[in-house]
Amino acid sequence: MAKVRVLVAKPGLDGHDRGAKVVARALRDAGFEVIYTGLRQTPEQIAEAALQEDVDVVAMSILSGAHPHLFPKVVNLIREKGMDDVLIIGGGVIPETDIPALKEAGIAEVFTPGTPTGDIVDFIKANVK
Amino acid sequence: MSNEKIQAGLEKYNASVEKATAKFPERPNLPEQRLYTPLDIKDTDYADEIGFPGMYPYTRGVQPTMYRGRFWTMRMYAGFSTAAESNKRYRYLIESGATGLSCAFDLPTQIGYDSDDPISEGEVGKVGVAIDSLADMEVLFDQIDLGKVSTSMTINAPASVLLAMYIAVAEKQGVPADQLKGTIQNDILKEYAARGTYIFPPRPSMRLITNIFEYCSKNVPKWNTISISGYHIREAGSTASQEIAFTIADGIAYCEAAIKAGLHIDDFAGRLSFFWNAHNNVLEEVAKFRASRRVWAKVMKERFHAEKPKSMMLRVHTQTAGSMLTAQQPNNNIVRVALQTAAAVMGGTQSLHTNSRDEALALPTEESVMIALRTQQIVAYESGLADVIDPLAGSYYVEALTNKIEKEAWEYIKKIDEIGGAVAAIEKGYIQKEIQDSAYKWQMDVESGAKTIVGVNKFQIEEEPPKGLLKVDASVGVAQCKRLAEMKAKRDNDAVKAALADLKKACQDENENLMPHILNAVRTYATLGEICGVMREVFGEYEAHVNL
Repeated sequence: MAKVRVLVAKPGLDGHDRGAKVVARALRDAGFEVIYTGLRQTPEQIAEAALQEDVDVVAMSILSGAHPHLFPKVVNLIREKGMDDVLIIGGGVIPETDIPALKEAGIAEVFTPGTPTGDIVDFIKANVK
Repeated sequence: MSNEKIQAGLEKYNASVEKATAKFPERPNLPEQRLYTPLDIKDTDYADEIGFPGMYPYTRGVQPTMYRGRFWTMRMYAGFSTAAESNKRYRYLIESGATGLSCAFDLPTQIGYDSDDPISEGEVGKVGVAIDSLADMEVLFDQIDLGKVSTSMTINAPASVLLAMYIAVAEKQGVPADQLKGTIQNDILKEYAARGTYIFPPRPSMRLITNIFEYCSKNVPKWNTISISGYHIREAGSTASQEIAFTIADGIAYCEAAIKAGLHIDDFAGRLSFFWNAHNNVLEEVAKFRASRRVWAKVMKERFHAEKPKSMMLRVHTQTAGSMLTAQQPNNNIVRVALQTAAAVMGGTQSLHTNSRDEALALPTEESVMIALRTQQIVAYESGLADVIDPLAGSYYVEALTNKIEKEAWEYIKKIDEIGGAVAAIEKGYIQKEIQDSAYKWQMDVESGAKTIVGVNKFQIEEEPPKGLLKVDASVGVAQCKRLAEMKAKRDNDAVKAALADLKKACQDENENLMPHILNAVRTYATLGEICGVMREVFGEYEAHVNL
């Protein structure tokens, strides 16, 4: 079976990528093929990168509070490009009360501070198509 | 007791420990050395290496009387939503006994975009206050006397613009620039290495910084022109030694740039300030503060041949470690912050921000901020930690740890010198990679259980979702854009155009100090986005390359 390809992305303007980089490395160590976008990516850039890199998973991280606006926007753009099977997950400083709306918008799972990286690996393995 | 006698005693002790641990093993994952004795600091010369407070090499503190004169400045970082909303929070903090202001700006402001820029969507007013022009700055400091308060602004790439706005607001209040007290963070190198809110490439960024040094030395002499920051390097995952080593390496780069621009070390070095993290390991943190003062003093004296004592003093603001706050059982964070506060105070900080218990979840509520401020006041007034200067000096362990952190810092500084200095080390990704490796190791230690975080990987409980978190409504962005449009309709647009054209010309002439031109543009109500736009045109933008 081909290696699972994951795009780790930082939408929005916040520069806090400790979490994104740690997750990227943990996913790589778990045997996934990982591409990291770097900071300050617009939703359009992320969707385009997902398409170009032909990824199976998009994992986004936001710590600024812009997630209610940016996460759904990325989901919509990815679906518009016909990537119906791509698994989209998110993480960061995200209040629990925001999570139902994000899931409604198509974020498969939201990982908040303190999550072991192993949980993210397991979730991807169980849900990637 | 002679060293021989101590050595003999230690050997006897070690033999007894061996017997004891054969029967009752020690806990796993502890530091190797279990006990410190006079032997661990037998080569440390008290007069040369430790000395006295207010005297070279400042290991014991930068002032002769430290907190016996007055406590550190209790400076709470705050700002969110609109200028009017943040102004209310500032006045609340001043009424509650905070002794300095510390402004948090939203991300568009930090990256030089106006609130109506498409890239700002979803971010306006979120992690700090949105400032588009002098008009917002006037509201932010309404009824706050800039001649009395000292203000710290966490602003880096566009620091020159925000400082110019502050000077312009003060003018309107009738406060001359030479009376203004405060700090701009203005530390671009750690933005490339750890924090991410850069705009321009390193070379023009260093020019902006040295322009500010020069301008302020003549016009705003009480202003701290830079806060060379280890805080964010630590937050990004570095160790204590890396935090001070990379930051002091950045400090060396700023000094070299300023000297190259024709400034004399003693004309600006006294206005350099630092920013440390107060992390969880109390004694390691105290040693870090002490080591950092000693390293910087030696750098200034031996490397830059500074002569003024003030140039050799590492004055530091501290913030407790945000990354050590847990989203689980958030009230536990109150205790973490109290211990971190104790570390910063025993380390001899000049000012302190204490984080609130709910910051792993959202921006803090007023109630949480009050507890965080009260934590400082309890440590100051009740704990006794502030009554005697540098109380842990002479502890075999703390002195040995101070020496160890200093040694590790020198090794990193040497390595960075070999690479060609901090700018080159950042461009090559060396510093970023070292930080990332430490961050990954930390995470793996937590996941393996080698490191315990209470409530996260041990002593977990089922919890209800936290209630009453502060939320910045999306309507803030809409309102701010409306305000901006109204301001633009009212201002003299010809004056704005002329000021921006003048700024552009100044940007193109490397020998020109940009500060007067930026101040001129700010006074016409040119926006932050317009001013940074001009600089983007001339200077270009930085592109990061990440090696995972």
